[in-house]
Amino acid sequence: MIVDERTRVVVQGATGNQGRFHLIQMQAYGTHVMAGTSPGKGGQEIGGLPVYDTVEQAALHHAVNASVIFVPAAGAKDAAFEAIDAGLGVVVIVTEHVPVHDAMDIMAFARQRGVTIVGPNTFGIISPGKTKLGIMPAVAYAPGPVGIVARSGTLSYEIAAALTGAGLGQSTVVGLGGDRVVGLNFVEVLRKFEEDNETLACVLVGEIGGTAEEEAAEFIKGMTKPVVAYVAGRSAPPGKRMGHAGAIIERGRGTFDGKVKALEAAGVKVATLPWEVVRLLDEVLPSGNGNANGNGRVGSTGGR
Amino acid sequence: MKLYEYMAKEVFARHGIPTPPGRIVTTADEAATACGEIGEVALKVQILSGGRGKAGGIRFAATPDEARHEAEGLLGSEVRGLRVDRLLVEKKLQIDREIYVGIVVDGAARRPLVIASTAGGVNIEEVPEKLIVRQLIDPAWGLMPFRTRQIARRLELQGDLARQFGDILARLYRVFRATDAELVEINPLVLQQDGKVVAADGRLNVDDDALPRHSDLPQVEDGTDIERRARKAGLSYVELDGDIAVMANGAGITMATLDIIQHYGGRPANFLDAGGGAGVEPMAGAIELLLSRRPKALLVNIFGGITRCDDVARALVTVAEKRGGLGLPVVIRLVGTNEKEGLAILREHGFEAYRAMDEAAVKVVQAAAASGGAMGGDSRWQ
Repeated sequence: MIVDERTRVVVQGATGNQGRFHLIQMQAYGTHVMAGTSPGKGGQEIGGLPVYDTVEQAALHHAVNASVIFVPAAGAKDAAFEAIDAGLGVVVIVTEHVPVHDAMDIMAFARQRGVTIVGPNTFGIISPGKTKLGIMPAVAYAPGPVGIVARSGTLSYEIAAALTGAGLGQSTVVGLGGDRVVGLNFVEVLRKFEEDNETLACVLVGEIGGTAEEEAAEFIKGMTKPVVAYVAGRSAPPGKRMGHAGAIIERGRGTFDGKVKALEAAGVKVATLPWEVVRLLDEVLPSGNGNANGNGRVGSTGGR
Repeated sequence: MKLYEYMAKEVFARHGIPTPPGRIVTTADEAATACGEIGEVALKVQILSGGRGKAGGIRFAATPDEARHEAEGLLGSEVRGLRVDRLLVEKKLQIDREIYVGIVVDGAARRPLVIASTAGGVNIEEVPEKLIVRQLIDPAWGLMPFRTRQIARRLELQGDLARQFGDILARLYRVFRATDAELVEINPLVLQQDGKVVAADGRLNVDDDALPRHSDLPQVEDGTDIERRARKAGLSYVELDGDIAVMANGAGITMATLDIIQHYGGRPANFLDAGGGAGVEPMAGAIELLLSRRPKALLVNIFGGITRCDDVARALVTVAEKRGGLGLPVVIRLVGTNEKEGLAILREHGFEAYRAMDEAAVKVVQAAAASGGAMGGDSRWQ
């Protein structure tokens, strides 16, 4: 979903510390990383792959269709525009601290070209066992029937690891990013989960601030697949920005209570503590979905 | 970063938005002088908070003596919990109508959003929705002149007022883009009895992530001393009013950690996201910062991704050795990248660590309750 075995990746900012490290991590996971780019560093090699000056060259020589961007914030807009211009279908922007006006410009250009943007300030996207585009620790995941969509990185690792530990694998895990303006949103990802044959249930990992969870709740009312949720920020005082640009209760909007109420009204079971997601999923996962083990545990869907 | 009203107005004026004549003053004598030059004035406290009018932060004076007297009352006082160091002494306006106009980043729409209302001058949240005009702007094309006319028309503004409004809105949009603003707001935009429109107030919040490219703007420090120190060190830190200090990595998990502490009956003292692959030194600095507020217990909750567990362990040990013990109960939960190395370092120095977040949270709440403020050198806890 969104990415799979056919995804051919170029890493932008491949010669930096993070870019180099995660290019190799992605390769090790089995992601088809084809090339890297770094302006002025064309001709070098990383992880046995060629480094080019431009995305255009990487696209020409390797038919790449997705990019993961590790370029520092000041150059992230330029890098994203370059990837969109080169005709790539999916652009994952890992970079933190991208100015919000740059993010709005990136989204405007992506809309014109019909490109899917993940992030900025995202851990990326992983379809366990197939491919990962991003910085998530591979050990937290296993293939399975649960789709996870999260605003936050580490919190979603925590929840994915709890699921994996309990034998519940994941179909696809998407990090939306912690910034106020990001590409993919909850509704768009949930729609894809609803259509995705490999996803049987969804986990929404939200947090205070903005209205993304409330909008998701409206969409969930029309979904057939069960959704469980965890929302961070119950104890957060208004007016304080909790790390993420979006995570702030402003003018009474985006409160924890409002989000939980909206989600529950849409039939979503909301966990009080992150690890309760495992139990709630057990309650909602269809037990007779055609898998030998019943409720879609790892091993039953792992072979596909 | 929030700018003070007078700073916002300076930026507005540079972009051709009319503002009332005014002076920024720090003494009562300066206020008197300003009044002598300007005539009848409003004295407005410069604080980074709304609602100052209702809180008594705006006074009026017709003569220099009155201005001196009012300034004496305001300078050094507290308005909405904030100390008043500066006043904007500004020409008093003869008001005919008050309009609200602002532009914000609409996260859901991923575009700039113009918000306007002819019910200006009051808190925009209290204005009925039917009196508010909202218009998304495509940043690729900007705010076209037809759009400003359209918005003026929807506000039922006519003739010269509509023309002045449209011109100011176009300029405000340029301010919004040029300063990387998260929010620009004029409330109220005043139609004076002489028919001239002027920005009577101004708010400008600049995106912190864009500050590196804005040496053109003044630097405004917000928050408590420790919050400022943390920001300088590149940490995301928010002060809370509890007694359990928290260090975690990643904004989401840090928020969740605070929630879980509260769930078990504890009170978190802070939000501190030490994630993003910070090294030993910055993390040690972060721990020092937390300890400087004398919490009753410390919870370190790390799920290492980019953050390496051995770095976290080294940071803790560094601080403990420097201070001859941490001097309070410390509960550590450490899993993820380089976990084994991290746990080995901790064990060597007599710290134990938990694998489950749940267990760690329960433990730290108990420890804070037990320590009750009387700490000293209890060696069990280092």
